[in-house]
Amino acid sequence: MSEARARARELVLEVRDLSTSFPIDGARRRVVDRVSLEVAAGETLALVGESGCGKSVTALSAMRLVPKPGLVESGTIRIGGKDVRTLPVTEMRRVRGNDVSMIFQEPMTSLNPVQTCGAQVVEGIRLHHRVSNAEARRQAGALFSQVGIPDAEARLDAYPHQLSGGMRQRVMIAMALASRPRLLIADEPTTALDVTIQAQILELLRSLQRDLGMAILLITHDVGIVNELADRVAVMYAGRIAEEGPRRDVLGAPRHPYTQGLLRSLPGRAAPGERLEEIPGVVPPPSQWPSGCRFSNRCPIAFEPCDSIEPERTAVSAVHGVWCHAVARDLGASEP
Amino acid sequence: MSEAVSPPLLRVEGLETYFPIRSGPLRRITGWVRAADGVDLAVPAGKTLALVGESGCGKSTVGRSILRLEQPRAGRIWFDGVDLATLAGRALHPYRRRIQMILQDPAAALDPRMRLRDAIAEGMQAFGIGANEAERTERVAELLRQVRLDPGQMGRYPHELSGGQRQRVCIARALAVDPELIVCDEAVSALDVSIQAQILNLLADLQQERELAYLFITHDLAVVRHIADRVAVMYLGQIVEEGPVERVFALPAHPYTRGLLAAAPSLDAGARGRPAPVRGDPPSPANPPAGCRFHTRCPDVFDRCPRESPPSYAVGDGTSRCFLCDPEGPSR
Repeated sequence: MSEARARARELVLEVRDLSTSFPIDGARRRVVDRVSLEVAAGETLALVGESGCGKSVTALSAMRLVPKPGLVESGTIRIGGKDVRTLPVTEMRRVRGNDVSMIFQEPMTSLNPVQTCGAQVVEGIRLHHRVSNAEARRQAGALFSQVGIPDAEARLDAYPHQLSGGMRQRVMIAMALASRPRLLIADEPTTALDVTIQAQILELLRSLQRDLGMAILLITHDVGIVNELADRVAVMYAGRIAEEGPRRDVLGAPRHPYTQGLLRSLPGRAAPGERLEEIPGVVPPPSQWPSGCRFSNRCPIAFEPCDSIEPERTAVSAVHGVWCHAVARDLGASEP
Repeated sequence: MSEAVSPPLLRVEGLETYFPIRSGPLRRITGWVRAADGVDLAVPAGKTLALVGESGCGKSTVGRSILRLEQPRAGRIWFDGVDLATLAGRALHPYRRRIQMILQDPAAALDPRMRLRDAIAEGMQAFGIGANEAERTERVAELLRQVRLDPGQMGRYPHELSGGQRQRVCIARALAVDPELIVCDEAVSALDVSIQAQILNLLADLQQERELAYLFITHDLAVVRHIADRVAVMYLGQIVEEGPVERVFALPAHPYTRGLLAAAPSLDAGARGRPAPVRGDPPSPANPPAGCRFHTRCPDVFDRCPRESPPSYAVGDGTSRCFLCDPEGPSR
C-alpha cells in the first residue's frame, strides 16, 4: 500500500510480520507466523479461520495481552500510530480503553458477577476520564440506551446474572464504547448467542460503526457473519494468512484452495441432500505443521514446491493477495 | 408422501415435561419450567426430522424425554407401536438399544479412562451382542471402519483423538447396538466447518446403508436444510411449525420461522445489512406469555394473539400454530 493511500485510509491498526510463539511439546512454536494486517477507520476486517488457526492470538498480540508463556517474537504493531510493542506499561494501559477496546464471546466471564452492570461501566469511564461519579453514571445510562438496552436507567442497577445473554453482550459493548475507542476488537462476539439475538447484535455493531466511524477487527469462524459485517477478509490457516482481500473477492471468487474448500464445505451452499465437499484430514497441531505451505498435506492441488518452500504473497489484484504456489504459477508471477 | 401410508417409527403426542423451580429455605416448589408443553412430532423410519429452535426452547428436553432420560408428566411416545411413556424399568431396556443418542460434546460423552474399544463394546455387552470378547473386538474394528477411523486406533484413549475423531467414536458406539433411531443433539455444532462436513456426510451415508431414522436437534438452519426431510420449529416449549424442509424453507408459514430464517447469517450478498427480523429477548419458559407464546416478539401480532392460544392448523402436509393460518380467517 502506498503511503499516500495509507494516509487517505487512515490506518487505525497496522500489524507487520507479527510472530507469536508458545512452548508446545518442548519447543517454541510460532502459532502466529509473520502475519500482516491493517484496518482503516470506519472499516471492518474479518479474521476468519477454524479453531487453533491463531486468529485470537493475533488479536491478543495486538492488545499486548498474550498470556505467559506466550511471547510476541517479532513484528511491529501500531494502534493509532503508536508502536504497541515498545510502549511503557502505563501508556499501554491508556491505549487499551482509549484507542482500542475488546469484546469477547462469553460476556458472563468478562463481567464481574458481584458488581452491578452500571458500576462496572462507571468504573471504566472514571479510569479514563476525570469526571464525577454522578456524571459517569449519566454517561453510562446514555451508553446503555445507545446499545439498545431497554429501560437503560433501571438496568444500570442490575447484576449480570439478571440479564439475558444478548443484554449482557450489549453491556460489554457499552463498556467497550465508554471511551470512544477508534478500534474495536470483537472476538467471536455473537458465537454464544441465538440467531435472533445475534442478528440484533450484528445490527447494533453495524450502526455503531456508522455513527462513530470505529474500525472493527472481527474475529470469527462463521463465514455467514463475515458476509454480514466485513469490508475486507483475511483467512488464516495454521498460523499464517492464506488469503486476504475485499469481502466480495474472497467470498465470491476465492483463490486459495483452503478458502475454496472452506466455502464448499458449508452446508448452506450445497443443494439439499447433496454430499458436502470435504477437506480431507484435520488441521494438524502446531508441532506437526508441514514445512513449506502449511496446507500442503490437505491440499487437492499441491505440487512439487508446496511441501518444501513456503509460499509468499501473490497479488491477484491490487487489493487481493493469496499465499499459494499454484496461484503464483497460474498467474505466471515470479516469486518475490 | 408415502410416509403417510405406513405409521412413523416414532410419534410423540402431547408431550409435557416440566422442571420444578424450588426456592426459599425449604426448597418448596414455587413454579414450573414448562420445557416441553404439548409437543407433537413424528419421525418416519429411515428419515430425518430436524427439531430446530433457540436455546431454552425445550428441544433437548424433547430428545431426552423420548429416551426417558427425563420423566414426562403427560403425553404419549409411540415407538414402533408401543407407548414408551407407560413403560418402566426392565420393560424399557430393549428400547434403550433401539434408540441411541449422540451429543454435542464428544469429549464429555466419552469416559476419559476407557479405551475406544471398551467404550464402543460397552453397549454390546449390556445388550448381549457378540458371543464373546473376541467377537465384540472384531465388531468394534468393523464399526471403526464404518465411521472412517483406523481400527488400529481401538487401543487409544479419547484424549489422543481430535474433536471430529471423537465424534466418530460416539457414532460408532451408538451404531454398535444396531439402533433404528438416533437422537442427535447438536451433534455437529461444536465442530469446525471442514470437520462438520465430514460428519454430516458420514451420517448421511450411514442412514442410507442402515435405514436409520434421525431426530436431529439443532439450532443451525443451514444444517437442517442440508440433512433433514422434515423440520419441526420449536418456540417456548411448543412446536410452532412442522413440514417438509423444502416447503418450510421456501414458504415459512409461521412468523417465528420466517424470523429465524431471516436472522441466520447468510452468504447472499443481498442479505447484508438488513435489520434484525425478531425484536427483543425470548420470554422465560417458566412464565410464558398468555395466548400465542410468540406474540410479544411477533411482527404480525394482532388483537386475537394475546387472548387465545392458537392450535396447530394444517398447512400443506404440515402444521403451523398461528392464527394467520386459520382456514376460517385470522380474526374471528
